[in-house]
Amino acid sequence: MGMTLVEAIIARHAGRTVAAGEFVEVPVDFVLANDITAPLAIRAFRELGVERVFDPERVALVPDHFTPNKDVRSAEQCRVTREFAREQGIHYFEVGHGGIEHVLLPERGLVLPGEIVVGGDSHTCTYGALGAFATGMGSTDVGYSMATGKTWVRVPKTIRVELRGLLSRWVMGKDVVLHLIEKVGTSGANWCAFEFGGEIGSLPLDDRFTVANMAVEAGATAGLFPPDEEVLAYLEDRAARPFTPLYPDPDASYAEVIEVDLGNLRPLVARPHSPANVVPVDELDEVPIDQVVIGSCTNGRWRDLLMAAEVLRGRRVHPEVRCVVIPGTQGLHLRAVREGLAEVFLTAGAVLSPPTCGPCLGGHMGVLAAGESCVSTTNRNFRGRMGHPESKVYLANPAVAAASAVLGRIASPEELFGEGRG
Amino acid sequence: MTYEGRTLVVGDDVDTDAIIPAQYLVTTDPTELGRHCLQGLDPALPGKIQTGAILVAGRNFGCGSSREHAVLALKGAGIRCVVARSFARIFFRNAINLGFPVIECPGLEGIEEGHLVSVDLGAGVIRDISTQREYRMARLPHFILEILTAGGLVPWAKEKEARWR
Ligand code: SF4
Repeated sequence: MGMTLVEAIIARHAGRTVAAGEFVEVPVDFVLANDITAPLAIRAFRELGVERVFDPERVALVPDHFTPNKDVRSAEQCRVTREFAREQGIHYFEVGHGGIEHVLLPERGLVLPGEIVVGGDSHTCTYGALGAFATGMGSTDVGYSMATGKTWVRVPKTIRVELRGLLSRWVMGKDVVLHLIEKVGTSGANWCAFEFGGEIGSLPLDDRFTVANMAVEAGATAGLFPPDEEVLAYLEDRAARPFTPLYPDPDASYAEVIEVDLGNLRPLVARPHSPANVVPVDELDEVPIDQVVIGSCTNGRWRDLLMAAEVLRGRRVHPEVRCVVIPGTQGLHLRAVREGLAEVFLTAGAVLSPPTCGPCLGGHMGVLAAGESCVSTTNRNFRGRMGHPESKVYLANPAVAAASAVLGRIASPEELFGEGRG
Repeated sequence: MTYEGRTLVVGDDVDTDAIIPAQYLVTTDPTELGRHCLQGLDPALPGKIQTGAILVAGRNFGCGSSREHAVLALKGAGIRCVVARSFARIFFRNAINLGFPVIECPGLEGIEEGHLVSVDLGAGVIRDISTQREYRMARLPHFILEILTAGGLVPWAKEKEARWR
């Protein structure tokens, strides 16, 4: 019987056929951690009594959560991380040269199709957009993989998601994945991988990153897209190593098949305090807001910034709203300056932050007070995620977030552009 | 391995931000993390946790971020093990890797706060001593039990290496 994409990748690494549910040991192609998870991973690495990482070219530590350092203690965590990176000669992306790990590593061509990537961060699954089996793990796992170049996995069951049709103007990858999470629930894909198929070309690559990124919000181990021409073209000048793209067999067997008609999707919002608490924007009662955040590893890429800028161009952020725009990497920040997006944001009355996770996890650069509400393009709206336990986070795509910033309440861009649905 | 203790009961979808809010991720010290254990769920909870308690949870315990700090916080607060209807994958891995017992029991029901409970990993049984009810747990694969018995992934790997030599 044929294999699904994730089975094909694991089988190639294990050197034998595998079946869903099996536990197997596999070599890993790339290992990463951030300023929060690296210190513990380094501790586990040291406890193993190993001197050197398995391959310095295949390990990256990315300071992004509390950077530029928000306080002394976060500075200490970055120092530990930086010193280890220097000692081992592994990739380290200093403030001013980096960005948010899951936006940065694909940009640098360090995570590739057909590979197994393990990361000390739950959104490591983002790289599934490139056709990698990439999954989040804890620090001890990461320390073990840095030392041995291996990990153990339980071969996930595969849920196939068939995409059909074309997205409407203000609908983005965010709406596709929110729709999917609503459908399966926050634990519906636990120990499973999503495999996207059908008309995946309807989703620009930036949107696929958004979709794969939030697979974990349905509990999934990973979310994978077969790498098409757009992916191969994207990697042509940036791939750090040779790679072998893999694809699912036509006769692969799936635990479940879900169909998503992209043309029927409308801009969606996930209400507090669950990413599965989804409703179309235009069915929401009036929700006044205090803050808007546009950025993160979910929606801090070029198309995200472009869509937000399209809405904000020539408009003003509502006087009672604080709008924080965070390009995902230094490169994207520079591009936003060069191509005039920075001016659009600043003229509109938004602040433009250096790349950081910042407010996404209630770190800095936009933490919420008690009773405040925020529309955010991030991936989690758990209670207290962005600050006070009595604050509220609504998840939406960048166009909806920008329109909400202008109107001071959660709103669809259709309201500003005077279009009906369609 | 058998664990016995009084229960502390929480609901479904307790995420890692609830177990240990991000503001405390500036340390990796279990004792300090333990002082804020479950604070995101209810600010009064950390003060209520008794050393040796058995945490009883609903579905999808530990969903959300991959922070191992969540396991450290539970350990640091003196919680002996977590019994839940189901666990989120990364949390489950982290707990095993740190030698912290996590017991999945889909049929868990009716265990109330403060009940005396025993968890027998070998027999695969959870016993509510207060009500005399018994529950079957999902059995862990052999090598996971091996990691757990060794005290976590690091000691397990070192043992394995010692055996190879
Ligand atoms: S942007 Fe948010 S979700 Fe993404 S890695 Fe940073 S903290 Fe995690």
